[in-house]
Amino acid sequence: MELLVPSGRPRKGRRVLADVAYYTGVVAICIPFVFVFYWMLLGAMKTQVQNTASPPLFLFHPTLENFRKVFVANQFLKYIENSLAVSGGATLLALGLGLPAAHVIARYRQRGVALGILVARMAPHLSYVVPFFILFQKLELIDTYACMILSHLVITLPIVVWIMIGAFEDVPLELEEAARIDGCSRWRVFTHISLPVCRTALATATILSFIFSWNNFLFALILTGPEHRTLPVAVFNFISGDEIDWGGLSAAATLITLPILLLILLVQRHIVQGMTAGGLKE
Amino acid sequence: MPRASRNTASVESTTGTQPPWTARPGAFIERHFGRLLLLPAACIIATLIIFPLTFNLYMSLQTWFVSSTTPPTFVGLKNYLEIFGKDGRFWNATWITIQFTGISVTLQLALGLAIALYFHRDFTGRGLVRTVMLLPMVSTPAAVALIWVVMFNPSLGILNYFLTSLGLPPLLWLGHPRTALPSLILMDTWKWTPFMVLILHAGLQALPLTPFEAARIDGASRWQLFRYITLPLLRPSIAVALIFRTMDSLKTFDTIYVMTEGGPNNATEILNLYTFQTGFKYFHLGYASALAVVLVGFVFAVNMVLIRVRERSWSY
Repeated sequence: MELLVPSGRPRKGRRVLADVAYYTGVVAICIPFVFVFYWMLLGAMKTQVQNTASPPLFLFHPTLENFRKVFVANQFLKYIENSLAVSGGATLLALGLGLPAAHVIARYRQRGVALGILVARMAPHLSYVVPFFILFQKLELIDTYACMILSHLVITLPIVVWIMIGAFEDVPLELEEAARIDGCSRWRVFTHISLPVCRTALATATILSFIFSWNNFLFALILTGPEHRTLPVAVFNFISGDEIDWGGLSAAATLITLPILLLILLVQRHIVQGMTAGGLKE
Repeated sequence: MPRASRNTASVESTTGTQPPWTARPGAFIERHFGRLLLLPAACIIATLIIFPLTFNLYMSLQTWFVSSTTPPTFVGLKNYLEIFGKDGRFWNATWITIQFTGISVTLQLALGLAIALYFHRDFTGRGLVRTVMLLPMVSTPAAVALIWVVMFNPSLGILNYFLTSLGLPPLLWLGHPRTALPSLILMDTWKWTPFMVLILHAGLQALPLTPFEAARIDGASRWQLFRYITLPLLRPSIAVALIFRTMDSLKTFDTIYVMTEGGPNNATEILNLYTFQTGFKYFHLGYASALAVVLVGFVFAVNMVLIRVRERSWSY
């Protein structure tokens, strides 16, 4: 019963036992989800010999050599820079275009545009790949930041607009009207009243759109060469060679995951809400 | 009074007799505020949605190999006739897509519901558990897929080590046509069950307490409470979780490309992979465009059915 409704507690001795059992269950559920990251971290700190040991090693002398190698031999600094430029650029551009649009959609009921953005949310990225490839080839933009940032708008713009429509709709109309009566222009109402009120949603939208752009693999796979390749493709190249460098691969995977971990800690309460924006309202 | 003077100023500039281009730019922005703010986004949507879709439609009527020197030639509906008529690989990919999405989403829903119910209680460390649950779903698919490749490795991987220490026979995992798809589903379930857990958990927290109390007084059993109260009340959350998960599952590409590239023997080639291979391995762009059009139609049809079902189940 206590699973569904908090009810009367049993006596103390049995309660402790029940709690121990309950927390054991919680830990057991969490283990598989954490283990993959734990194994990644261990792999990143093992030598190639330790990584290919059978049975697998849990206790060993850790090394940071893999991380050094990833930066020096595999030019990861360049890929990190590329990823930051592409994801940062695509997120900023999506904010610049998406925030005003979301405000107008929320306030002036422009459902057509909202529907268009839902279509972009549903469409598999594979349907963009051929047109983008041909277009950017014609424009001679293949393997540039420009084509990557523009194509990543497919990811970032729907996230920003969907999250912000919901947020702007929740801004009390009286607040905006009061500002209008006090002589604010509509633009000032937008920048000085609505946006600050929605700062939590704004943070969520920014972080989620950055993460999903950061994670994207497909566009970089097709639209970039070695110069402007982003991290996911750079990591993938670890298994395309003859002999797999387990340690380097794990170190690279760790490096790409770390920023995401730091970002989600900032807005973790709002992430799922953001990912289902537009879906939780009638 | 500053307010009054400001009001008159704006009235003058919008209704005054001088031609519009001499009016203050601020007044112009004010008058066309809605359209101006929407304009950039509308342009982008046009380029992001209308352009790719119409371009795909146009290209799907052509035959064109990227590498060849001959320009695209118009072939009408030939690509589509071939896809639906004699392309066994297409039907195989469709069937695998249905299996992959159907099985993994169902598994994730069942597991997610069970875990959400287990967590539906006050306990210390909730915040930590939530962080743990968030990690798999926001982590880079290509990167975690590689870690799974390491773990799936038949000779050195940790999973076979676990199996053999339990006295079970080791598996080939991604290496065998029969186990490759289940392995991918396992990985997908690991990555996305937390999404279900978090949505359903939020849904459970928001349920009203009164119906439960009333049913308890009437002597309902725990199963009855779940079956006749929790489940129906939770339906909206379940619908949202299902729709979003199906939507994203049909977009899966990165993890499968990294882990199997559609192999072995096309056993894991979902429609996304097949379209990609046609376009960027065989460079048959016209055919790939036709496949992309069919893919979009398929995805929209599935999503529309789900959205309809949801609307109906909400109005009961």
